Amino acid sequence: MTTFLSVVVLLPIAALVWTSGKHGRHEFWTVVSAPEAVAALKLTLGAAVIVSALNAVLGTVTAWVLVRDDFAGKSLMNAVIDLPFALPTIVGGLTLLALYGPSSPLGVDIAFTRTAIVLALMFETLPFVVRTVQPVLLELDLESEEAARSLGAGEARVFRSIVLPNILPGILSGVALAFARAVGEIGSIVLISGNVPFKTEVAAVFVFNHIQSGDQNGASAVAVVMLLISFLLLLVIGGLRYLTTRHERHA
Amino acid sequence: MPRFSLRGIAVLYLLAVLLGPLAMVFYRAFERGAHPLWTSLTDPNTIHAFKLTLEITAIAVPINTVFGIVCALAIVRRRFPGAGIVNAIVDLPLALSPVVVGLMLFLLYGRTGWFGSFFQDHGIQILFATPAMVIATIFVSLPFVAREVVPTLRELGDEQEQAAHTLGASGWQTFWRVTLPSIRWAVVYGVVLTTARCLGEYGAVAVVSGHIEGKTETATLRVQDYYENFNQSGSYGIAIVLAAISVIVLLAMTLLRPKEGS
Amino acid sequence: MSIEVRNVSKRFGSFQALDDVSLDVDGGSLTALLGPSGSGKSTLLRIIAGLEHPDVGAIRLAGEDATVVAPQKRGVGFVFQHYAAFKHMTVRDNVAFGLKIRKQPKDAIEARVEELLQLVQLQGFGHRYPAQLSGGQRQRMALARALAPEPKVLLLDEPFGALDARVRAELRVWLRRLHDETHTTTVFVTHDQEEAMEVADSVVVMNDGRVEQVAGPRELYDAPANEFVMRFVGEAISFDGSLVRPHDLELSLEADESTREAQVERVVHLGFDVRAELVGDDGRPFVVQLTRDDAETLELEPGEIVFVRAKRSRQPA
Repeated sequence: MTTFLSVVVLLPIAALVWTSGKHGRHEFWTVVSAPEAVAALKLTLGAAVIVSALNAVLGTVTAWVLVRDDFAGKSLMNAVIDLPFALPTIVGGLTLLALYGPSSPLGVDIAFTRTAIVLALMFETLPFVVRTVQPVLLELDLESEEAARSLGAGEARVFRSIVLPNILPGILSGVALAFARAVGEIGSIVLISGNVPFKTEVAAVFVFNHIQSGDQNGASAVAVVMLLISFLLLLVIGGLRYLTTRHERHA
Repeated sequence: MPRFSLRGIAVLYLLAVLLGPLAMVFYRAFERGAHPLWTSLTDPNTIHAFKLTLEITAIAVPINTVFGIVCALAIVRRRFPGAGIVNAIVDLPLALSPVVVGLMLFLLYGRTGWFGSFFQDHGIQILFATPAMVIATIFVSLPFVAREVVPTLRELGDEQEQAAHTLGASGWQTFWRVTLPSIRWAVVYGVVLTTARCLGEYGAVAVVSGHIEGKTETATLRVQDYYENFNQSGSYGIAIVLAAISVIVLLAMTLLRPKEGS
Repeated sequence: MSIEVRNVSKRFGSFQALDDVSLDVDGGSLTALLGPSGSGKSTLLRIIAGLEHPDVGAIRLAGEDATVVAPQKRGVGFVFQHYAAFKHMTVRDNVAFGLKIRKQPKDAIEARVEELLQLVQLQGFGHRYPAQLSGGQRQRMALARALAPEPKVLLLDEPFGALDARVRAELRVWLRRLHDETHTTTVFVTHDQEEAMEVADSVVVMNDGRVEQVAGPRELYDAPANEFVMRFVGEAISFDGSLVRPHDLELSLEADESTREAQVERVVHLGFDVRAELVGDDGRPFVVQLTRDDAETLELEPGEIVFVRAKRSRQPA
């Protein structure tokens, strides 16, 4: 098993890290701070932040409705949430093009815009926060909320003081997963954004283009930055997992 | 907050981002008529693309299933230093961009890569051929079985296995008769997720395949090919086939999803 | 504060939890709602608290209609069976919660919290988290939390149900003493008749969503309103066509017109009391409770034939 892991995962990572550092730190820095690279990274991170923030709110609302509300079609809604997990990313991009791209029945055309990137990322990251918050909401002790009410707390206060602190780790891990996904996403973006450097070229597309054009250094440099971000996010998710069990481990 | 407005927000959100667009795909596929749709879908290169996708999936899924089970067993049952690191490494493909994965493989197996010359001397082609695509797909779909099996194994505890040992069962017998049956639904769910991931893979294979029509194009790459060549029926046509498969996958996921909460 | 329940009914789906229930609870009293599972006692308590709404009927608190008033505004303190502790807050923050809602000044809050922690004997535990407390400590914290905003009514839903026997016994005594000090109108729900009889001034026996009888413990035991109450509140033996208590049966070695013949099957010594398990001449088994001395006088042995009569007729009214 360790051999398998090493060959499949560790070796490639080593190759990437080595290649990017091959010509020394100074060279690496020059390549990474090239204007096109910086633009791609800024766009990617900016979009990821927007999408993560939107997901934090909309994902929590959706999870709340799925757990606390009851209506016809709720189980259908619950099943549909996983669609972005099941659908190929390139089809994801295509579906958004179908409704919001050229000759859209709604009269909008967001193809080749930054809005398209945000929309594509929203599609792909939709399930994350919902699925991390749902189980936490299900486990919540309803009686704590009743106790708060009996002590005089209004609904907003109950949510703020009792519900939110308990679902926050769930929201944050969903956000971390969504952020990681958003930073690396390519399939859903490649058709819809137009991939215009400095305008709608995300980091993943930058790396792709520079591999195609033979610029392995440029591609590796940006790829290493993306790898670092992924590692950091994994640490955050692991840390959150540790923190959530802290309350229980005190006893 | 009033129930209706929350419910309304959630429903609107899903309609705008998921369901609306999906419905439009079906419309677009048939918009120019059934004939161009049929021609594109039955084009020999398209059929080859579907075949290639299925081939790669058929190789990657069993490998990752076995690995996932072995890995989960090691992480949960064997207390070895570094179990946490293994856990993190297995999770990495979830957080990493597929294009970066493709690049890494490029750097390993490309002409100027670490192993490039070795494979070239032996006449084996990795890059721009099926082997690289298989490796890439294995990498990106690595975590799913392991991630589903680990919590199930943890919850099960090893008492049943200990009982089996006291009754004389060997390690393999215990695994086959006791452990595997207990984790089988987690494994099945993991396999469903892995399969979906393999069928839908784009970024990594896009980098390592070279997009050679009729040779190294998967279904997802073909969608892009058709779209960029203004063949709307073709690209949306393949899209609805893939979407239909995804709906089946989604059904399987919904039915098999492990029950959450106590 | 007095509580008036008027013709309250409540349904959950097809299950009728409460059926036209009316009740008066005197201000300052300590009342138990006693009954088996499904009798409606918890539902009634939650309706009084405002955590549920009745389908029909009214609740009046201190004479004012409170049927649709939100739980926030009723001035009731509620204690849950499984504590409902705010797990992410310290003991101190838990207890202070109701006071912080009411925006009381910080030093006033601190003083009151300290006072309450002393009252429930958790002084020194203020900085701990609920997960670090034992079950009994958590429930005492929950009590302090409910009492902090000085509620006019204290409601407890099977408060000791999740605790082990010894802690339960301690907390029962403790609740009684607390009530004697604070004189807050207190209503608690229990399925344990011993608990109700030991702690409460007044017991409301419920069954199947209806009130069977409201009385003090002694009256409940001595003059049960019907067979259900009699059987629920203590052990009842069917003897000679009526229900009697095991200790109201007398054994003797001589027969007369009032006695029935029975054979001793087993003699169980429970310290001061002795339980004799007997089989009557109709073949039905029953139990008689007598003192050690009486048992010794009779020299009870398994297999012995004795004669049984009812001491006093204590039949349901």
